[in-house]
This record gives sequence, C-alpha cells and structure tokens, in this order.
Amino acid sequence: MYVIVVGGGKVGYYLTKTLLAEGFEVLLIERNPEKVESFIERFGAVVISGDGAEAATLAAAGAARADIVIAVTGEDEDNLVICQMAKTKFHVGRTIARVNNPKNEQLFRMLGIDVTVSQTNYILHLIEQSIPEQSFVHLLSLRHEDLAIVDAKIHTSSPVAHRSIGEITLPPNCIIAAVSRGPQLIVPTATTELMPGDDVIAIAHRDREDDLRRLLIT
Amino acid sequence: MKVVIMGCGRVGSRIASVLDHNGHDVTVIDTDNRAFRRLPGDFRGGTVIGTGIDEDVLRSAGIEEASAFIAVTNGDNRNIMASQVARNIFEVPEVVCRIYDPVREDTYRRLGLTTVCPTTTISALVLDHVIHAEESGLTRRSEV
Repeated sequence: MYVIVVGGGKVGYYLTKTLLAEGFEVLLIERNPEKVESFIERFGAVVISGDGAEAATLAAAGAARADIVIAVTGEDEDNLVICQMAKTKFHVGRTIARVNNPKNEQLFRMLGIDVTVSQTNYILHLIEQSIPEQSFVHLLSLRHEDLAIVDAKIHTSSPVAHRSIGEITLPPNCIIAAVSRGPQLIVPTATTELMPGDDVIAIAHRDREDDLRRLLIT
Repeated sequence: MKVVIMGCGRVGSRIASVLDHNGHDVTVIDTDNRAFRRLPGDFRGGTVIGTGIDEDVLRSAGIEEASAFIAVTNGDNRNIMASQVARNIFEVPEVVCRIYDPVREDTYRRLGLTTVCPTTTISALVLDHVIHAEESGLTRRSEV
C-alpha cells in the first residue's frame, strides 16, 4: 500500500511517522525545503519538497501508482486541488482531505473527494457526546450511504414516551436499531415500549435527522 | 447584470471598473481592504472584505443574484475552489477562473470550468511577435 501525504505541518508529520511505523510505504510532500531537510534526517529519504498541487510534483512522487493521497495542509483550497489533481490526472483511487472550515465538508464530497476529516466537527461531536443533558446526539456519519447513527434520549415530556415502537410512525429512511435501558441493550420489536431515560439508537438519512429529532424529543 | 469579482489586483480592479462603467452591478471581494484603492474614485459598485472560498462571504457579495463570477486572485487553488463553489453551490451561470499553472488550467478546463491561463496566453503572444519578426527578416545581419 503506497500512501502520499501532502503537507508537513503537525498533522502531516505525525501521520507520516505513524504510517511508517505501521509498515506503509509513505512519501511526504512539503513545500518548505528547510523543513524537508529536517524531516529527511528523521524519516530518511521518504520526503520530497514541492507544491503538491502541481502535476510535476505529484508525478515525481509517483502519484500514478499511489493507492491513497492525503492532503493535510492548513489551507482548504490547497487540499481540495491536491486531491482533485490526484484523482483526475493520476487516477488515485482514494483521496482524503483535511477540512479546516467545517462548512467545506459537504462541498468537498460534492466535488469528488472520498473522505474528509474536519477537526472542528470532530471535536464538536466529542463535546456534544459528553454533555449529559444533550438529548439528541449525532454519533457517527456513514458517508457512502449518507446515513448517520444518532442517539436520542427519551424524556418524560417526549411525545413517544410510554408508546410502543409499532405505534410510532418514523420518518422515511429511519430505523430504530437498538434501545439502551440502563445496563440492558434491547433489540427493538413493534411491541417494545419506549420508557423515559431510554437511549434510542437510530440510523437515519441525513435529510431526516431533524424530523427524527422532532418526533423523539419535542 | 450582477457580477461578483474575487481579487482586487490589477486585473480584478480593471475588470470591475470597466463593467461598472458599462452600467453593470459589480461587487469586488478581497482579503485586504487596501486593495480597493485600485478601484477608480467614481466606482459605484460594492466591496466586501473576505475570502471568496467562504460561502458566507460570497453570499454577502450577492452571489445568489449574480449572473457572473470572476476569480482573479493570485492563488490558483483559491480561484479554482471559489469557482467550483460559485458553479456547484450557487449555480452562477457564467464562472471564469484564472489559473497560472498550465497543467492545472488544462485539468480544470476538462472538468468544465471556464478558465483563462495568463502563462500560455502571454507566452503565445510573445512567441508570435518573435517568430513573426524572424519570418519578416527582422534579424541582425551578423546572425544571418
């Protein structure tokens, strides 16, 4: 597996270090020649200097045989173009872009980037999950199907409290996957009654997340 | 028509001024407010400070009503990204993107962007003059 990392900031540095330790074939592209020299001292000859958005640099890096190109510079526009160039010019199978402005995640996916990583969104989700009063938590996005796994806490005021799942009309493209009640994990059937304090684990299409929230919470 | 221009350098300010003189509704975006000094004193259009790769900045420049978007900052990648936002998110009918790197220009032209590459355009013009001079016999006698 050959991985090209573009951008030798903190993320690129530790990513390269970790991937090398895991036994991947890795090449790091960094723009600043001074940084490249110090990286070569540490990592060996797996670092080249150049502009990763430039076709000549990607060609020199052997992008044509790369399995993955990961763009982790500090600029979203650079990460986008690096991945698009890798994909359209070098037919790299998988491109991963770091997204600094969380609003760009959707745009990047629309423009053909396979995976986007937003530190801002990631930290936000971790915060949401650790706030106990939060009633509706987005646990995970399943990118390829545009699906999300969510956790909804049922309160006494919830419109679905003390009702069985069979009585509830769920929004389209939503299913209740599990009900967590204290230490118990219940595999739900139509007769399962939702009790205050239950955590409802549901899989929902992104567009239906808000409908599901209204149904379960308010 | 409404036109949004990203980048108020020599090219951006000139396009803005010409379109404004011709009666179009122009808004110019630049990250540096000093760049707007390049606009003529009688410029009637709007100015917005910010980067055109941010949807909110584009919105405040009136991109939703714009018939054309022109990306002429110094950064190829910024121009490319902003142009794709204008085309794919805001569905602006006419998007023109300046890209200095000829390889990148070729790639994005194939992907459907309307691109202008100063590098190839200016090289072609210069070569045209030089080759034309040679063909007309305008060489120094000692070189013949």
